[in-house]
Amino acid sequence: MQLYVDIAWSHLRTRRRQTIASLLGVVLGVAFFLAVSSLMRGSELDFIARLVDSTPHITVSDEFRDPTVQPAVLRYPAGAVSVLHVKPLTERRGIRQYKRRLEQIDAIPGLRAAPVLAGQVIFSFAGRDEAITLSGIEPARMQDVTTIEDDIVEGSLEAIDADPNGIIIGRALARKLSLAMGDTVSVVSPVGNVRVMRIVGLFHTGRAVYDETQGFAQLTRVQALLNRPNVANTIVTRLEDPYQARATAAHIERLTGYKSVSWQEASEDILRTLMVRNVIMFTVVGAILLVASFGIYNVISSVIMEKTRDIAILKSMGFRAGDIELVFLIEGLVLGAAGSVLGFLAGSGLIWVTGQVRLAVPGESDPVNLPVYWGWGQFALAMLFAMLSALAATYLPARRGARLAPVAILRGAA
Amino acid sequence: MSAILVAENLTRTLPGEVPVTLVRGISLTIDRGEFVVIKGPSGSGKSSLLYLLGLLDQPTSGALRLEGEDTTAYDEDQLAALRLAKLGFVFQFHFLLAEFSAFDNVRLPMRRLGRLPGHRQRERAMQLLQDLGLAGHEHKHPSQLSGGQRQRVAIARALANDPPIILTDEPTGALDSKSSINVKEILKDLVRTHDRTVIAVTHDDHFAAGADRQLEIIDGRLV
Repeated sequence: MQLYVDIAWSHLRTRRRQTIASLLGVVLGVAFFLAVSSLMRGSELDFIARLVDSTPHITVSDEFRDPTVQPAVLRYPAGAVSVLHVKPLTERRGIRQYKRRLEQIDAIPGLRAAPVLAGQVIFSFAGRDEAITLSGIEPARMQDVTTIEDDIVEGSLEAIDADPNGIIIGRALARKLSLAMGDTVSVVSPVGNVRVMRIVGLFHTGRAVYDETQGFAQLTRVQALLNRPNVANTIVTRLEDPYQARATAAHIERLTGYKSVSWQEASEDILRTLMVRNVIMFTVVGAILLVASFGIYNVISSVIMEKTRDIAILKSMGFRAGDIELVFLIEGLVLGAAGSVLGFLAGSGLIWVTGQVRLAVPGESDPVNLPVYWGWGQFALAMLFAMLSALAATYLPARRGARLAPVAILRGAA
Repeated sequence: MSAILVAENLTRTLPGEVPVTLVRGISLTIDRGEFVVIKGPSGSGKSSLLYLLGLLDQPTSGALRLEGEDTTAYDEDQLAALRLAKLGFVFQFHFLLAEFSAFDNVRLPMRRLGRLPGHRQRERAMQLLQDLGLAGHEHKHPSQLSGGQRQRVAIARALANDPPIILTDEPTGALDSKSSINVKEILKDLVRTHDRTVIAVTHDDHFAAGADRQLEIIDGRLV
């Protein structure tokens, strides 16, 4: 093998300028591939991290995925039975025996759960009425499950335990109604109950609709307000490994019968968009490498045109067509490998520089660094792309060179 | 003397709209240790016959036996293996690899064959270059050598794997008279003292005069 490497290297060395030019093409291709994929992947992971952090990993609601099967259908499963226009019984909404369900879910390893009773209420202050979703929570459990506590800008989550009439609302809603910490407001439920509640906390998530339409109060207080004692209509959970959410949600659904939606299912459209974005990104950066591979094709083709006499003499010496092909494939591989390694260095530099760029994002108080990703997978992918492009660019000219008939060349040279 | 190369009714026709026959029904036997010269006017088919005898080209019809081995049905790889081990070529132009030194050029066939270990290959390459009067020039590249020196490197390379047959095509055609005499003497010496078979295509009557046998070819036929 060393013999073929020596011959290949001698060809590349003697065509230094062209070799460097084609090498530069691969280096730039790999570097831009890494920089773009790092930025795209970094922003994707950053987005998913925010998504995973800001939403429960699994939401168990008081709904069923499929409508109740009618007794006639159960009785005659193989029969042509269809029951149309069924009006379900009016039933009390909520997760039945939610405390028992909570215990069942809590028993799943690597998972924390919290009950929530959410309902629509009217927020009334100074003659203005605003409809909001009021969630009854247990602060101690909720702290472990959501990041709402991190978003509290004034007061604390525990304050609703200390003051049973306490309520936490979004800063945007408070601003809209000219409310401040310690102010009292009237809260009216759909069943006509009215409570005067005191603002003990303000939060700011950055999501305008959420910040203007969401409030939190103690679970028992909301149960009383909505006239639904001992009821929760949602159980939210958090997993140690968020990527297990899909499987765990299916397990919970089998366990409880209630619809359990993982964050992946809830954000399927967003994840699909991210996937399409990745396909576009890899197509574009792959095209960069494809263009770079034309440089390699050019070099190998030129070498073969220049070295036809060498090919003839090597064949007359006893080198096989496969040996000649191998020599030129090695040249392509050397260009691909050297281009990849140098591209790694240039690409790492580009990623580092990109990571230092700070941008002021609307809604963020401080400028943030562009999110970049340093995973080895993209380096491996860039190298794979570069090597495959180099091999593909080399294969045709190498094959052409290997098939040259020595006699035709010797006759021409004589 | 035993036959080393036997050609039976060799014919080579180039296909095309108007097929061209380069060699027509040539039969000949060449013995081990024989110095054979093939002469003839330009375009008579001398080189084509040499390429057929050297397994660089395959006959359209006929058979060729090398050391008793019938090569007719051999594929390109098998022919390459035979060329590597049993044949050495010296052409009119030296055809040395420009990027390699004289020493590395001579080592090339040995490295490809791999019959000798690395240190023996190096020793043999040095010895061959010394024997051909190139001591001190081993690490020079072809561009740093004179025409005669390059042709001697090409001869050393042809001898690298110790082949029983050397085939040469106008080996002195591109040399000045002094170098030409030197190369001729080396080739004659290969036959006299090393018992090698040399088959040479030449126009040079002086060179041909020293051969054991002279073959003349006209219009692809031996006369």
